[in-house]
Amino acid sequence: MSLSNLIKNWSSLRVKRPYEDQYKDKDYKWAMVIDLDACTGCNACTTACYAENNLPVVGREAFSKGQAMHWLRIERYWGEGEHMDKFPDHGAQFLPMMCQQCESAPCEVVCPVGATHHTPDGLNSQVYNRCIGSRYCSANCPYKVRYFNWWQYPERAWPNPLEQQLNPDVTVRSKGVMEKCTFCVQRLTEAKNRARTEGRRVADGEVTTACAQACPTSAITFGNLADDKSQVARIWERQQIKLASDKQEKDENLRGYRIFEELRTYPSVVYLERVRDSEA
Amino acid sequence: MIHTTDESDIQIERRFVPKAKDISEDIAWAQINKDVLRSMERPRLMYWVIFLASLALFSFGVYCEVYQYQTGLGVADLENPQVWGLYIATFIFWIGMSHSGTLLSAILHIMHADWRKPIYRFAEAMTTFSLMTAGLFVLVHLGRVWEFYYVVAYPNERWVWPNFNSPLVWDATAIGTYLTSSIVFLYFGMIPDLAICRDNAKGFRKKFYWFLSLGWQGTDRQWANFRVAYLTIACFLIPLAVSVHSIVATDFAVSQQPGWHITSFPPYFVAGALYSGCAAIITLFIVLRYVFRFEAYMTMPILDKTCRLTFAIAMVWTYLNLIEYASVWYGNDEYAKQTLIFRATGTYAPYWWAMNFLGSIVPFALAFKSLRNHLPTMMVVSLLLNLGMWLERFMIVTPTFAHGYYPWTWTGDWWPSWVQWGIVAGSFGWFSMLFMLFCKIFPTVSMYEVKEMVYHRFMARKARA
Repeated sequence: MSLSNLIKNWSSLRVKRPYEDQYKDKDYKWAMVIDLDACTGCNACTTACYAENNLPVVGREAFSKGQAMHWLRIERYWGEGEHMDKFPDHGAQFLPMMCQQCESAPCEVVCPVGATHHTPDGLNSQVYNRCIGSRYCSANCPYKVRYFNWWQYPERAWPNPLEQQLNPDVTVRSKGVMEKCTFCVQRLTEAKNRARTEGRRVADGEVTTACAQACPTSAITFGNLADDKSQVARIWERQQIKLASDKQEKDENLRGYRIFEELRTYPSVVYLERVRDSEA
Repeated sequence: MIHTTDESDIQIERRFVPKAKDISEDIAWAQINKDVLRSMERPRLMYWVIFLASLALFSFGVYCEVYQYQTGLGVADLENPQVWGLYIATFIFWIGMSHSGTLLSAILHIMHADWRKPIYRFAEAMTTFSLMTAGLFVLVHLGRVWEFYYVVAYPNERWVWPNFNSPLVWDATAIGTYLTSSIVFLYFGMIPDLAICRDNAKGFRKKFYWFLSLGWQGTDRQWANFRVAYLTIACFLIPLAVSVHSIVATDFAVSQQPGWHITSFPPYFVAGALYSGCAAIITLFIVLRYVFRFEAYMTMPILDKTCRLTFAIAMVWTYLNLIEYASVWYGNDEYAKQTLIFRATGTYAPYWWAMNFLGSIVPFALAFKSLRNHLPTMMVVSLLLNLGMWLERFMIVTPTFAHGYYPWTWTGDWWPSWVQWGIVAGSFGWFSMLFMLFCKIFPTVSMYEVKEMVYHRFMARKARA
């Protein structure tokens, strides 16, 4: 962003995001659907995420202090239902929570150095080299899905020979930087580059995130929302969820919802509500 | 360290100074010089006690910071979602402390409130040093402090700019400007006094003051220019002071979190800043009066006026505080209301109630004349007020993290580690150490302005007679 660019294109930097049909003519807008009815809380997605993205295992002590680095966490809630007094496990339900890749992300505006910003394909990216660790992004994130490197993990998280298992496509982060779910951006970039050399768009199902790949019940669907025919776009369509709306006008019986939509973060992840036995 | 001083040589306020007069009329100009210059030579033993204690605290803070720097911020027991902790709370506290110097020296200067004259110099020094301390907290808090300059909009060959949308960039800019301006203001107002020091010093100190006094001779032309320039800087500083704490308030008000996203935050923060700053002035007033034997200059009527000013500001703060609660309570934001209820009834409830008690009830002690004129009571009260204001900042930062939007991250049992406490304690040591050094090296009472006070009264009396 040069100074002349700043002065000339001042108004374009102030465009409200997202707007209607923002990604209509674009090639990519990555999005996700998570079916809570299919989620069994098995944590395979979390494990896959740890392996794919070089997440450090912090150890019992740091974990109990709340310093875990799980980009994707499985939250367990105890719901209400029939016979809850006899079978409390019956009410257990799980919610995989990761960065929602908000279209109007609260973290992006407050970063003093612009280390987190929006990519043209709708990701909320994090530039580790630029991050100074002010943690304002985490403070302003309503989902609290940003994780800070409180310790110098490379020194202790992968003792020899465990460093051999690190993913060479992903940076190992040092202490003092913020990190979060990237929708496996290394996979996306590789797929996009491959498709570009072949002069085409990435096909649906050609690339997916580690969590979606690992999910045994296929609860996670990942894809390109800009492609009308992709599975993700069809589910969004069927659930009548519009990306650029903060209050969906949809059929009451549909299960799709986005978390904290009323905060106008415009998340890219749609959750499908769990259907209970008594309701089904 | 023990030394003898000819006590009879010192002007001590032995008689009662009437309320209408701030200081005794019959202090000779030469006596003023003598008294103030003496403060730069032999202070009471208490000076060294305070100085060494601050030095020890500061060293411990440095130790904690080095440990944290080398190991990572994990040693501070920060976590997700409690990512800020005491560092940001104490940062706001020190920024707040810096406001009263400007209030006393600039605003009251423009309003021709003469009683500020003997005490504005140390208030101004307090401004500068507490801003420096606040700046340290920004650095201590950063995850990668060695990259802190990324926040500053400096020209670089890649044309990479900071994110001007971020309140932290506004912060860095505003604090930088305010710090520079208040140093200039403090130094500029001191030039005529530095010239007096130069004329009375020997050896390397003479060279030092000779260099700093910029060839001040006290000619009419110099005084005329000085007056204009001083007034100009004062006018320049007032909007800066207001803007700095408003901008610190936007760190919270611009964010989206419940308990922070409140429109009244900027004036609320400014009122809180003036409040804690005035309380700190009372504390330092009592300390300096004793340590440097300034009884003839830092008189009881001046303390009385400062106390009344503090009381007025305390009431403004209380009002704005109640407004904040009321607007959340009657508002439509369920999350913010829940956070407010958590503050009043949750884990941090004792601190919240203590904050309200210390901030709103304790200042009523300032409303009683007998208490206002009792130094030990005022010492305790002013320290309590500042404790209350520190708790206020703690209560702004912590409960919002503990009870924000996302229920999964609600935590009630977060408590800072000894490293955080050590660094906070170290900051108090750093501040008092710098302040005590300043008082020893520079004239803490403005000699030329006190002379004006005496002169004006003398002329008025002469005119009457």
